[in-house]
Amino acid sequence: MSRSLLLALATLAGLGLGAAIAAPVNYKLPEETAAFKPGPNLEVVKNNCTACHSVDYVQTQPRGPKFKKDFWQAEVTKMIKVYGAPIDEADVPKIVEYLAATY
Amino acid sequence: MLDRREMMKRAGFAALATGFGSFRALALDTVTLPIGNGERPLVKYPQKRTMIGLTSRPPQLETPFSVFNEGPITPNNAFFVRYHLADVPLNIDPDKFTLEIKGKVDHPLKLSLKEIRKLPAVELVAVNQCSGNSRGFSEPRVAGGQLGNGAMGNARWRGVPLKTVLDRAGVQQGAKQVTFGGMDGPVSDKTPDFVKALDIDHARDGEVMLAYGMNGEELPVLNGFPLRLVVPGYYGTYWVKHLNEITVIDSVFDGFWMKTAYRIPDTPCGCIEPGTAPKATIPINRFTVRSFITNVTDGAKLKPGGTTLKGIAFDGGKGIREVAVSIDGGKSWTPAKLGRDLGKYSFREWKLPVKLAAGSHELKVRATNNAGDTQPMEPFWNPAGYLRNVVETVRVTAA
Repeated sequence: MSRSLLLALATLAGLGLGAAIAAPVNYKLPEETAAFKPGPNLEVVKNNCTACHSVDYVQTQPRGPKFKKDFWQAEVTKMIKVYGAPIDEADVPKIVEYLAATY
Repeated sequence: MLDRREMMKRAGFAALATGFGSFRALALDTVTLPIGNGERPLVKYPQKRTMIGLTSRPPQLETPFSVFNEGPITPNNAFFVRYHLADVPLNIDPDKFTLEIKGKVDHPLKLSLKEIRKLPAVELVAVNQCSGNSRGFSEPRVAGGQLGNGAMGNARWRGVPLKTVLDRAGVQQGAKQVTFGGMDGPVSDKTPDFVKALDIDHARDGEVMLAYGMNGEELPVLNGFPLRLVVPGYYGTYWVKHLNEITVIDSVFDGFWMKTAYRIPDTPCGCIEPGTAPKATIPINRFTVRSFITNVTDGAKLKPGGTTLKGIAFDGGKGIREVAVSIDGGKSWTPAKLGRDLGKYSFREWKLPVKLAAGSHELKVRATNNAGDTQPMEPFWNPAGYLRNVVETVRVTAA
């Protein structure tokens, strides 16, 4: 916990809800814990996926024969079409290949 | 939105961690949810006790299920966390915070937190449950946050009725909906910002609240400090955090997070044949009825003889009428004794003394609300894994 947050929390704890507004809060998120497993096109995957979200978004998805190429193709398409991810068309099959082979 | 440098910094951080293997430092241990690929890190965040980590950027934290056995109120430091977009507000100055009310109103307002706190306050105990709570149990499995049953919590919220500020602003004739935006946003300007909408009559029902207090304290940062929307009985997707923008509109809002995301099949159960696609959909809305046994875990070994089962039940706002328990796999049911009534939107505790003979037992619990709605014995299914409310089963052995 950062010192500034500790200070802010101490200030919050000292004040009732009706009291004056607390000091600014500076919140520090912990470091990310998940990392991509080795696999084909790993660099392409890192460059495209981690700008917007952490790796655990990928690694916690369901596994098994029904969650291979079609599943990951749909997910990558969703990232581009729905969330506006700036992924080059040429990178799409590479990313899908990595995800289907690795997860 | 993050500037490009900040975006690169955050992304680069992940890459660095990958390279040097120091990334495990904050993962205390792991826990395995009872679903395929269910291993999750136990993580420690500021203002939070040890939580189940689903994702770290943006943060999504699940409440360990044992917390629900501690009492009907979920402590702030154990309350689940769900963000959609990675530009999470980390530096918040409550003195500079303003809530804007604009659109089809006679007097657009900009209210400071101090001004909001001076308005007559109300308190309400209400469950907040993520739409995707329990999604990991969907069968067939579906994409999305693979949650166990810990993306729910019950708190005493304190704040101002949304109606109060809407009345001050003077909603104009022809208003249809009210939209809500928070300080959190997307990393890329191509990603739709998280904005939700309620019908004008719902927004003015006097119960929907602008909350600054939670269980007698400020809101934790990750639960929406300094102000969030509370929409009693409705799924958490509407409970916009870090709320700073309210807009009255004269149309039905067509933003991504209403029009495309968070939709359920337009059928009486919100469900369809597993593995199929719905013909028509509507925005997700009220909770279905749910109940849980909280003091005995699946696979537990107990001593034969008398034991008291306890747990919680809740629904979308009719209130819980009855909780029934079966210790023989659903063949016979006995009503449990309900605990103190904290309001129709709250968890309702229940308990029931039972006698367990030596051997294995399937314990089940089923709640019914005041409208007669209850829980199905077999799970309903929909493509997004929403609304799960199957009768829960806990298998135990007495020996």
